[in-house]
Amino acid sequence: MFAYYLDLAIRSLRRNRMLTALMVIAIAVGIGASMTTLTVMHLLSGDPLPGRSDHLFYAQVDGNPEPGNYHEPLDKLDYRSAVDLWSAKRADRQAIVAQSPVRLNQPDSTKPALRLTMLSTTSDFFAMFAVPFRYGNPWTAQDDERRSRVAVISDDLNAKLFGGANSVGKTLRLRNNDVRIIGVLAPWRPSPQFYQVAGGRFAQGDTADYYTRPEDVMTPFETGLEVNDGNFQQFTCWHLPSRPGHLQNSDCAWLGLWVELGDASKVTAYRRFLDDYAQQQKILGRIVRPQNTRLRSLMQWLDYNGVVPSDVRLQTWLAFGFLSICLFNTIGLLLAKFLRRSGEFGVRRALGASRHAVFAQCLVEAGVVGLLGGFGGWLLTLFGLWMIRHQPVPFADLVHLDTSMFAVTFVLAIATSLLAGLLPAVRASRVAPGLQLKTL
Amino acid sequence: MNIMPILSALRRHKITSMLLIMEIALTCAIVCNAVFLITLRIERVHTPSGIAEKELTVVRLAAVGESGDEYARVQADMAALRQIAGVEQVASVGQVPFGGSSQNTGIKLDPDQKLPTASTTVYYGENILNTLGLKLVEGRALMPEEVVDLRSVSEALKNNDLKAMPHVAVITKALAQRLWPGGHALGKTFYLSGGAPLQVVGIVEDLVRPRIFEFSEGHFSIMLPIRLPQNYYVLRCAPGDRDRVLSQALKRLKDLNPDRVVLIKQPWETFREHYFEDDRAMAGLLAGVCVALLVVTSLGIVGLGSFWVAQRQRQIGVRRALGATRAQILRYFQVENFLLATMGIALGMVLAYAINLFLMVRYELPHLPGFYLPVGALALWLVGQLAVLGPARRAAAVPPVVATRAT
Repeated sequence: MFAYYLDLAIRSLRRNRMLTALMVIAIAVGIGASMTTLTVMHLLSGDPLPGRSDHLFYAQVDGNPEPGNYHEPLDKLDYRSAVDLWSAKRADRQAIVAQSPVRLNQPDSTKPALRLTMLSTTSDFFAMFAVPFRYGNPWTAQDDERRSRVAVISDDLNAKLFGGANSVGKTLRLRNNDVRIIGVLAPWRPSPQFYQVAGGRFAQGDTADYYTRPEDVMTPFETGLEVNDGNFQQFTCWHLPSRPGHLQNSDCAWLGLWVELGDASKVTAYRRFLDDYAQQQKILGRIVRPQNTRLRSLMQWLDYNGVVPSDVRLQTWLAFGFLSICLFNTIGLLLAKFLRRSGEFGVRRALGASRHAVFAQCLVEAGVVGLLGGFGGWLLTLFGLWMIRHQPVPFADLVHLDTSMFAVTFVLAIATSLLAGLLPAVRASRVAPGLQLKTL
Repeated sequence: MNIMPILSALRRHKITSMLLIMEIALTCAIVCNAVFLITLRIERVHTPSGIAEKELTVVRLAAVGESGDEYARVQADMAALRQIAGVEQVASVGQVPFGGSSQNTGIKLDPDQKLPTASTTVYYGENILNTLGLKLVEGRALMPEEVVDLRSVSEALKNNDLKAMPHVAVITKALAQRLWPGGHALGKTFYLSGGAPLQVVGIVEDLVRPRIFEFSEGHFSIMLPIRLPQNYYVLRCAPGDRDRVLSQALKRLKDLNPDRVVLIKQPWETFREHYFEDDRAMAGLLAGVCVALLVVTSLGIVGLGSFWVAQRQRQIGVRRALGATRAQILRYFQVENFLLATMGIALGMVLAYAINLFLMVRYELPHLPGFYLPVGALALWLVGQLAVLGPARRAAAVPPVVATRAT
């Protein structure tokens, strides 16, 4: 029966090509617009570490020196608090993160120096965030302690400097200090660059920068502070540091602390530990808002920072508004098409076809329109994504159509057309056989 | 023309009419809001900066930091830059308008105040006012002899030595009005966290922040006479001279110290361009969506119009046979479309306000000004009339003889 309806549908669609084209274009454009934005939403709002993110937490104590009634602690930690909490080792794993711009060159090369971003962190970082390695290994806890002059570099930088060859053992010069490469990452592109996210509540929805690539050079935390001294940026300071860019023992918040906690009891215990630490620091007079500690899970932290740019959200709403207009358009056109063929349906009914049969026939026809529209929508989506890849946004390189979104394109197109076909099909199936035959 | 017959004919096509009305309503609502968003973005792209935009060139070098006296080098650099032919003014400044990253702080009128009165950005540096071409409304600019090094300010802060700190500042008019509404700001004092009282010695017309966090505070800036080791050099010269001045500046800076990386070397407008890149892209996208929506809607009108004309061939023939002119038939379909569009537009305005309310809540957008509605209405009436013209002309071409044929 389905094959017969399909044949009828194709015949009917061929008969009035203009109307068919209008319907297909309407659906294709609607699907193209909504799938383009939906794909971007999907890529930007996803979990950067599926399976692991539930166990990762961002720890905050409030270093703000004024006893005001702010409800949220500062987004970052001062050096003392971060190092205290980190060295207590109360979590399964813990990592401090600090970012700074650094000048890099190769000691034996005449190439001009590069200006890159450097991540200074502690050894657990790589295991915690499942960072993939192509060559070599991460540094160890001993390297953290000894402030070893070692570095891990990104796949991009390795390609740029060493043509993708194994560069473990080579030397890089960071400002005026030599460090030895001990590891090279495999391509790693978390979306967003979650471990550096902070301050989203002040960003007014302008959060596209959270989707930049990970840093190209990574060094042990204290090593980084030594080699790039004077180049660190504060999140905020309550007193000017005596030397700009040198933030140890300054009244500045500038460090992030991530912890991994395997189960719920560990989370509770760590919360208590944070509270106790804040209380103890209050007694020492260093913290004045001990009540303001937070331990958000990775996804909660991203949510709190509103990482998906508001422009992207707005575009998604817009696209669905667009799709709904295309839907109304298609309903109208299908209705026109089916009602025009009342005579044909009357004959079928008079020859014994049930209402269900006519209804099914109409829906198959609508479905075929949806399939064609889906195909057009897929092409338009690819075009839309290509456009976004050429936009000056940090997440441009992330944008692609994955299999799931490819499937969603066609599902959405057919669902839309079936929805559009519903009302016209009901109307067509109600055609009274006798009445139509008379006018034939 | 009597519209009653048209209305009664539409009543017999309730569903199709409703669909068309809904489509027009949604289009009207979305187009009104999209056009409103576009104008907001365009307004933002043209945010005034208060500076002599076309005359400025900006250079930034990577901090080397290891060797020598950074503060002395800043002074040497500036002296060298001043000697370039055509350069009128040179400034050293910690941040640039629309440069993106900024130094911000809270301002207090009373040192014991708990919460700051306003949040402002601070332009540290020397010779900023003259170089950026700011318009002085009252008072005077900061003097070269008032400039102190950041390290001595830090030292003074540590020792609580109020005398060694700067005690004069120039602020923008917008900030002056926030701090002392309606009052006289010149000569008044204010406090930044932990510092000495700062006296307002000058007020400038405008100086935008490097990055606008809060729209209402976008022009809250102060200038302090503090020399920074990590800075931007801003050069002012005639617009046509900028390329030459830039290459000479780079050469001179390189001669002074070849071991530096040039981070930024561009005319100032590049900052504005980059800062508003997203807004321009979004405005373009919204405009594209508006056009696409109107096209889709007009295609819908064409489709339904053709269907109705085909369906009513016989009636049209009868009307023609009874004496109706072609013009009357044409007018019939045009009026019909006008009625449908009007109903759609009426509904669309309600929807437009609903969408605007939603956007106000979710994206903190302002209220949709009333004049967008007639603009949207006009656009849809126009699109409707254009779209229906084809089918209506086909209807007018139906010959009276059709009435005698059985269909």
